[in-house]
Amino acid sequence: MKGDVIKYQRDNIDTDVIIPGPYLKIHDYNELAKHAMEGLDKDFHSKVKEGDFILAGRNFGCGSSREHAPIALAYSGIKAVLALSFARIFYRNAVDGAFLLPIEIDENTYNNISDKDSLEIDTEKNEIKNLTKNQTYKMKPFSDLIGKIIAAGGLFNYKP
Amino acid sequence: MNITEKILARAAGKTSLSPDDVVFVNVDKVMVHDVSGPGVIAVFEKLKKKGMKIEKLWDASKVWVAEDHFVPSPDKVSAQNIVLLSDFTKQFGISKHFKYGMGQYGICHTLSHEEAMVLPGEVYVGGDSHTNTTGALGAFAAGLGHTDVAYVLLNGKIWFKVPETLYFKLNGKLPNHVMAKDFILKIIGDIGTDGAAYKTMQFGGNGILEMSVEERLTLTNMTTEAGAKSGIIEPDQKTRDYLAARGATKYDEIHGDANSEYEKIYEYDASELEPIVAKPFSPENIAEARDLSTTSLDKAYIGSCTGAKYEDLQAVARILKGRQVKIRTEILPAAISIFRKAMDEGLVKIFMDAGAVVGPPTCGACCGAHMGVLAKDEVCISTTNRNFPGRMGHVESKTYLASPLVVAASAVTGKITDPRDLK
Repeated sequence: MKGDVIKYQRDNIDTDVIIPGPYLKIHDYNELAKHAMEGLDKDFHSKVKEGDFILAGRNFGCGSSREHAPIALAYSGIKAVLALSFARIFYRNAVDGAFLLPIEIDENTYNNISDKDSLEIDTEKNEIKNLTKNQTYKMKPFSDLIGKIIAAGGLFNYKP
Repeated sequence: MNITEKILARAAGKTSLSPDDVVFVNVDKVMVHDVSGPGVIAVFEKLKKKGMKIEKLWDASKVWVAEDHFVPSPDKVSAQNIVLLSDFTKQFGISKHFKYGMGQYGICHTLSHEEAMVLPGEVYVGGDSHTNTTGALGAFAAGLGHTDVAYVLLNGKIWFKVPETLYFKLNGKLPNHVMAKDFILKIIGDIGTDGAAYKTMQFGGNGILEMSVEERLTLTNMTTEAGAKSGIIEPDQKTRDYLAARGATKYDEIHGDANSEYEKIYEYDASELEPIVAKPFSPENIAEARDLSTTSLDKAYIGSCTGAKYEDLQAVARILKGRQVKIRTEILPAAISIFRKAMDEGLVKIFMDAGAVVGPPTCGACCGAHMGVLAKDEVCISTTNRNFPGRMGHVESKTYLASPLVVAASAVTGKITDPRDLK
């Protein structure tokens, strides 16, 4: 999986800025995508490309249970969010709905990756290659169940 | 095992569970509202397109539905969602659908206790992050997204990783000017918005035994703001009396073993707690109300699952009685049953005499959706639960979170006010 990074150097990026409350009534996924990250970055919609990754700090996706958050990001083209940690509902929504990969990284990786860097992520080897800087980092492996749900393509395709 | 581990073990059909075990548990109750409901419907449509037949739910009698976020409908899309939800409950035979304008309705988490929809010992999941609230009744209560809720509706079970438990012990009874809201804001300030991430926050000690069920619900409600999976309080006689008054007497209580284990125990002395305010833009950004007494406000908001229960309104009425508000003040009881009681007991008259506006139950402005949202640069003090950028309206508005007593006192002065300093 290859893509370019959109980096937000901050912790606690909450679901209210990922997709603000007034849009919760919308269930047209492409329409939601037009408002992704609107509370934090008005330019997100114009700069995001299919296959991009978001990079952020601690507790990404904290706040509400709105599945609109991973949906709005996924339908904007985001394939993975790399963060120091994730809020629990965002994490399971991303995985169970098979919208995008929530990838936990360490401080060093977070500091070494810059905005617009090109990455190649290999979830089998748990490796992230920075093609721009010619560096390689480790990602935190998915736990057993999470790995199986991702491999199945979401909770509904997973057979316990 | 502690209470959370025992509830999950029973629901997973295991004799024993430990933190980090991953299990599928049988769910006892599930809730959707007018945001997560249409989300579930969209998931069902997607599954049907892929060839799945969906003719009935796992158990419609265990499902209940609330209309709370976009009611009364502020626009055509929201109105359509309510129609969609009504068609859904009709199609699948869900009889417990609290419809606005048809008797009892209100914010889902408020109904969960007002209507005794959830009982001690149960596993309860809801399509809303503040589902944690109901853990104050001694249930495991956790919020999920709509794909997970759709899965529960069809299969009756869902996976959980057994959480570690952080235990918060309150020693002594809260002073009159301090409410449960001050205590939970203090805790969030101490541990941070991810201080309980993936964990359970349990509350106990003689200060909790002294506390009313409604105040306990404020504590568990805002465990969400510390990132917790759930919040829980062991049921006691107060819980039993509260539920009996709402017609629920049959349930199997679960209590932690004498040797219950907790990851960490935090102790607080009630007499040392002060009225607390969370400043923009995070619930962890706390200060003592007295230290913010020069902060000017444009608006006071009393509403939501966190701060518009009956006792919250009583606290507001104690302050507003015989006084006038100096800034726009909106009071929205969290359920019709609470609204009615506030009217019958004279609270609504006190509010209106003070100049406040009283509105119908809705999540409306708490999530910045409608009915009282903030303009650019407007400053609000609120009994709600979040103050992220744009949470209650314009991304450049500001929200201070506080107890009903502090919000009401601030409404009277137009500045952030400790209730003790009100003349």
